[in-house]
Amino acid sequence: MPLVALLKKELALELRRKSVVAGLGLYLLSMTFISYLAFALRQSLITPLVWNALFWITILFTAINTVAKSFIGEKKGLDIYLYSIANPTDVLISKIFYNFLLCLLMALTGYFLFTLFLNDPIQDKMTFVILLVLTSFGFSAALTLLSGLSAKANNSNILMAVLSFPVVISILLMAIRITKNCIDGLDASVSYDKLLVLLAVNALVGAVSYLLFPFIWRN
Amino acid sequence: MRSVWLKVVCIVLLVYAIIGGLLFGVPRLNIVNETIRALYFHVPMWFGMVALFGTSAVYAIKYLRNPNFQNDVWSVEFANVGMVFGLLGILTGMIWANYTWGSPWHGDPKQNGAAIALLVYFAYFVLRGSVNNEEQRARLSAAYNIFAFVAMVPLIFIIPRMTSSMHPGSGGNPGFNMYDLDSRMRMVFYPAVTGWILLGCWIATLRIRMKLVEEKIAQSEDEKSY
Repeated sequence: MPLVALLKKELALELRRKSVVAGLGLYLLSMTFISYLAFALRQSLITPLVWNALFWITILFTAINTVAKSFIGEKKGLDIYLYSIANPTDVLISKIFYNFLLCLLMALTGYFLFTLFLNDPIQDKMTFVILLVLTSFGFSAALTLLSGLSAKANNSNILMAVLSFPVVISILLMAIRITKNCIDGLDASVSYDKLLVLLAVNALVGAVSYLLFPFIWRN
Repeated sequence: MRSVWLKVVCIVLLVYAIIGGLLFGVPRLNIVNETIRALYFHVPMWFGMVALFGTSAVYAIKYLRNPNFQNDVWSVEFANVGMVFGLLGILTGMIWANYTWGSPWHGDPKQNGAAIALLVYFAYFVLRGSVNNEEQRARLSAAYNIFAFVAMVPLIFIIPRMTSSMHPGSGGNPGFNMYDLDSRMRMVFYPAVTGWILLGCWIATLRIRMKLVEEKIAQSEDEKSY
């Protein structure tokens, strides 16, 4: 199975150079700590709404940094090698899945750090975790394609940010809305239709990435 | 749009929409009052924008299936004119909002969605500007165009409908929904929409022809210099 082999390769690479995950974790920690310091003496200012905004901004930036490196940081020539031995859709799916795991790890760590430094206003934890899983998948599906796209264009990092913000905003808006429900402790059934919309957006973005990636990958 | 009759239809419809839109009777609604006439100018901009961006996305798909210069030019120029329609839509909306909501930018979900949709296409032009190789630029931007169009769908068609909004036609607000859009207004509204879309296609096709001719000139000059 080339798919499994590719996924194994991603995981093996990651475990071998732990510096990348450590770097991302540090990035997350710094952002959380900055949020904490900015409000240091006025903990009362962190209302649930502010928490909501800070949390999702942190997660968004971390996700962009996490996924951006999936194609942008690669060694020159690696894409040509992969191109010659693997199917583009296999490459994409393995990257999306791997990025999904990484994003989910970052999101959960982010939630943990936020409860540690700021506070934990979330009442409906179950729905919130489902939400984190769905958004992690949405981010990784959308951003992996854009990472591949901006790696082919030259000035990658700025382009990545410019291209990705507008595209992930619809996912982000839904996430913020559902988080608001979780904070207010509304019954989980209130959020179901919104979670479904999020799932539909994910499916849409995933399907389009799947269809378009072979065209980007071809050189 | 080479045929003359389409152009004549476009001009006739727009003249009718402008005269009818400014002079014909409209229903009296609270707060909205005479600004209801914005329906003939503001709403067709969004219809036009979606139609033009849609056409642009269709040509992007065509380009990916059959990469040639022409499909790329079609795709870009339709996106260009769609941008203009979107900007005009935002501007006319802001003028309208200034009189009915009291401020030009009200943070309404529809306003924000429209602004983000325009950001997507700004990003599209940034992408085009940053790739030098012509063939690669066309291919990458075609892929992003399709992706952006799909990402725009939930943004302007689904999310605004899920939230309450002050925008007419959504929520429980008095507006141009099926109960208020009486037959008098339909008589002007549909011709106006058709006319504005035709105008957009006309501008786009003119620009496409211009681009193609420019390309031809550049090619023949290249041949001369050899």
